[in-house]
Formats: sequence, structure tokens, C-alpha cells
Amino acid sequence: MACTTEEPMRWIGRAFFCLLAMLCAVAPSQAERVVNVYNWTDYIDPAVLRRFTAETGIAVRYDVFDSLETLEAKLLAGHSGYDVVTPSNEPSFSRLIKAGALAPIDTAQVPNWANLDPALMRRVARSDPGNKYGGIYLYGTIGLGTVPARIAALAPDAPLDSWDLIFKPEHARRIAACGIAMMDSAIDVVPSVLRYLGKDPDSTDATDLAAVERTLMAIRPYVRTFASGGNLEALASGRICLAIDYSGDVVQAAARAKEVGKGVAVKYIAPREGAEIGFDMLAIPADAPHKAEALAFIDFVLRPDSMASITNTVRYPNAVPASRAAIRPELLADTDVFPTDAQLAGFFTIGPVPQAAERARSRVWARFKAGK
Amino acid sequence: MTRLPVLAILWAWLFVLLVLPLGIVLAIALADSVDAVPPFALGVSVEAFRTVLTDPLYRDALLASLQVAGVSTAACLLMGYPVALTIARAPVRWRDPLVLAAMLPFWTGFPMRINAWIGLLADDGWLVAALSWAIGAPIRLLYTDAALYLCMIYTYLPFMVLPLYASLSRLDPTLREAAADLGAPPWFGFLRVTLPLSIPGIVAGCVLVFVPAVGEYVIPELLGGPNAQLVGRVLWAEFFANRDWPVAAALAMALLLVLLVFPAVVRAVFLRSIATERE
Repeated sequence: MACTTEEPMRWIGRAFFCLLAMLCAVAPSQAERVVNVYNWTDYIDPAVLRRFTAETGIAVRYDVFDSLETLEAKLLAGHSGYDVVTPSNEPSFSRLIKAGALAPIDTAQVPNWANLDPALMRRVARSDPGNKYGGIYLYGTIGLGTVPARIAALAPDAPLDSWDLIFKPEHARRIAACGIAMMDSAIDVVPSVLRYLGKDPDSTDATDLAAVERTLMAIRPYVRTFASGGNLEALASGRICLAIDYSGDVVQAAARAKEVGKGVAVKYIAPREGAEIGFDMLAIPADAPHKAEALAFIDFVLRPDSMASITNTVRYPNAVPASRAAIRPELLADTDVFPTDAQLAGFFTIGPVPQAAERARSRVWARFKAGK
Repeated sequence: MTRLPVLAILWAWLFVLLVLPLGIVLAIALADSVDAVPPFALGVSVEAFRTVLTDPLYRDALLASLQVAGVSTAACLLMGYPVALTIARAPVRWRDPLVLAAMLPFWTGFPMRINAWIGLLADDGWLVAALSWAIGAPIRLLYTDAALYLCMIYTYLPFMVLPLYASLSRLDPTLREAAADLGAPPWFGFLRVTLPLSIPGIVAGCVLVFVPAVGEYVIPELLGGPNAQLVGRVLWAEFFANRDWPVAAALAMALLLVLLVFPAVVRAVFLRSIATERE
């Protein structure tokens, strides 16, 4: 009897030892410097990471998220292990600051911090008074991704420069035939609806919210899908023809549709009633294990040549004006990528919303999704 | 004497991987939601449970999930039983290859297979084109309930076939021969001999399909329509979108309770049917 139980125990012990040995072999030695970066999907030029490692000797362990929800959940759980993260200014960045999940950035260690456009950094100060916790990585607006030819075929009189296109039932009803996608994110859509209705995008007023719900419910029958993580693929392949989406995603979708060559022409629209401008921030979690490496990484990314490579690749504008010299001219000329000063003045930034109001918004959103 | 350490390992295992996590989930369900790391403050608050029990959103999601899981389980049973029976009655040398064929989908990763379905069911896919042509009217599959049910059944069918096969292949074939000798036609022999004896396989298959199907998140998220607000998605939304861990934990506990009750009910119903059969 003793033999039958001891034998497997010894085997388990050996297996365990082998596993430990393998783990030790895989884990990097203490001497090697690493930085764990957690960024949005499709949001970097991989060459920048290679250059960073070549110049500093710091290895980059790169991981991606496709929604702010995932990022926040990991950071709020604590001990995420990440050293650099890129939350959007609202709601995540401001909420993470409030929750004590981010570390202040020692800008003395980041010489290239001075490259950041002060005017744009001031816009983020509503979320982060004094700009203590993060610098702008890239920014963009939330507007409409469209396939204009297919929309015009179904609804020739629909205005191609207005939120009416999606929020007016008479237009949405006809456009529904070629597919309308809603961004599955109350935090991104509700402020835009408020703005469309002529209200304060930060409104927490119950009657305003009820108006938002009525507007959304009226077009609910025409929404084919709620997508989290953007509608890039669906737009590029022509599966849908109208979506609320991030500007850069639509510009990327347009480029991809062109590459595929199936005759789908995708166009971004920043609606004339005003589009929300959002900033993705370079930030360091409070419990980041490699803070010095994180600062080195942020400094490297904020270099004009790095920023130019990133913008050239992902087609989102950055906040480092000195990078423009190395940015492809057609991107600089594209006002969907780099908005004009007049456009910028028309974009709105949102501020923090109290948790009770957020809950009310997410309730409206849940009812909207359920369609009842 | 030698059994004791083995039992101790088993109990420690159960404690670490079942009791402890459940305790943590319960503790979070009773906590308050706050803006901090982690986003809850321990305490004894029934607020989260009250939200889950009073807001019709959660009840509707749970009922919708039970319906989807119920229909999927019934469909898997109806489709899986003939498959399992065919394999069990096939010549011996064919059985192993056939079982292997039933399990073949597992060789490919689940997200990969679901993405393949997205391509198959897409509006510009050949399947939609062929069906539209056959019906004579344009149809849509992706992001509809049809796609949801199709992929639920596709995904869970092997979980029904395997326990059914295990149960059916162990049946003594002489029992059927005896029934036939006594004048029972094949359908009667099936109804009175094979079917009752395979009830343990049916119960195991139904539980294996139904329980994970209720909490299924990936299929409704990727293939279902926006009105498919099943409990898995609602739970995700509470945890990730609302960052309300207590409500998410309370919902998880409620779901667990429902799922604990279900196998008990199935067992009771089938055991009673067996009992009445024997009387």
C-alpha cells in the first residue's frame, strides 16, 4: 500500500521541481532591465520599441488592451505589473488618479516632457489639475465612421456632416439597411448625445439624461450591433456603413479598405454640432515595479522622431509639435487626422462625473442595449 | 493510514480552489463600492444583493440566459442522442475514430472557431448569399438570435455526445436482443430498454451543457444581437463598465445559486421517473 501512494507523490514532487526549474529559466535575470507597457491595440509603431531597446538596453514587454474597462479593472485590482499605461483622460485617467492608482510623474527625469504642446496639456488639466500624473500620448475625436456612397444611396437627403445622420430616426431607419454600429461605451456616447441635444456634455441632470435615453431609444431598432474595441474591421470590410467611432480608427479603416480594394470608401466625420476630443495619457501605475524604466520609456516616446513614427503608423495626431517635420505630408494635410485650429475650437472636452451620475448613465445604457 | 495524506490533499485542494474563492466573492458582494484600489471597502452591506434582486434588468438577463441554455440543451440532446447511439452501435473498430471525430473541434482553439463562424455568417459570406438565393429574399445571420443558437449548439454538442456515448456504449446488447426475442419492435425496445438505461448519460450531458451555457459570455458577445443581454454580459458590464465589484459578485452568487438548484431538480425529476417506471 505504502508503495502505491508514495510512488505518485514522488512523481508529483519531481514534476513540481521540473516546473520550478523551467520557470526560473524563463524568467529574466534580475540584471536585465525591462519595462512592461500596456497600450491600446494598433496604437504603436513597433520600430519605436525596437529603437528604445537598442538605445537604452531596456527590454520592452508589450501588452495591449481594447477597452478602457479592461485597463481600469486590471489597475484597480492592484499589482497589475505594468509600468506604463495609456488611459484616456476621461473617465479613466481622472478616475485612476482619484483612486490613487497612478504615480505622479517626476518630469525632471523626462527631458522631452518640454516637447508637449502646452495648449493641449491645458485641456487635460480638468482631469489632472497641474498635469502631475500624465503626458499626452495621442489624441483624437469621437465622431462618425461612414461609407458615404452607401449612405447616399439609401438616404440621399441625409446630412453627411451632422449627428443627425445617426440620431434622427428618419435617417437611421433608412441607413439601417447597410448596417449601423454603436460603440458599446456609455462613457463615450452619452456626452456626444448631450452635446447633440444642445445640453452640457457633463450634465448629470435627470431630465437631460431622460432626453438622452429618448434619443437613443428612438434609433434603437436600427442599431445592428454594439461593438467594444471599435468598428475598424467592420467598417473596412463594408459590413457596416455607419458607426460612432474614434477618429483614428476610422482613418485606419479607410486606409485598410483602400488596401483591400473592394471598392469600399470609408470617411470620418467630426459632426458640426461638436465632437468630443479625447486624450490618451502616458501614465505610470502607483505600484509599477520598474518606475525608472517607465520614465525612460516615456521620455523616449516623447522624442519628436519617435512621435513622428508613431503618428505615421497609427494615424492619430500627437501633442509634440516638433514631430511635425517628420510626419508624412498627406497626414499633416488631412484635417481628419490633424484638425485645424477652427475645428479644435469646436471640439469639447469632458470633465469628471460623480459616481452616482455614472451609474445613472450606465443604467440608461443597459436599457438602451436591451431595447426596453 | 496511507489514505489520510491523500484525503488531506483533496480537502486542501477543495478549500483553496473552491471554498476560499467563493468566500472572497461573497465578501466582495457584501462590501461597498468605492473609488480606490481595490474598488471596494469590506463591510456587511446588503445593498448589492438588493440591487440584484430588485432591478428587473438582472432578472430579465437571468431568465433570458436560462431560456437560451434550455433551448440549446434540448437541441443538443435531440441532435446528440442519435449521434451517440450511432457511435455506440457502430462496429468496434469504428468507435474510437468516430469518438475522435466528435472531439475533433477541440483541437482548434475556441476563439479561433468562433471567429471562423463570424466569417461564415457575415452578410457578405457565401452562406448568407446561398440562403438568400434559396429563399428569394435577403436574410441576415450575424448578430441575430439564429447565429447565437447555432453557435451555442455547435459549441456544446460534444459535451452532450461524449457522456451519452459513455453511457450507451456500456449497455449490454443482449438486453435489446432479449426485448426483441420477447416480441418488442425496435422502437419499443428503444423506448423501454435503451432510453431508461441511458438516463444517467442524459442527466450528465444536460448538466454539462446547461450549466456553462447559462453563463456563456463569448458567444452572445461576438455573435448575438444587441438584445441578447444574457447574464454573462450583464455580469461583465457590472464588473468592467460600472466597476461595481459588489454588484457583480452578488450577481455571480445569484447565478451560482440558480445553477446549484438546476442539477438537483434534473436529478429529482429523472429519479422520480425511474422510480415510477419500476413500480
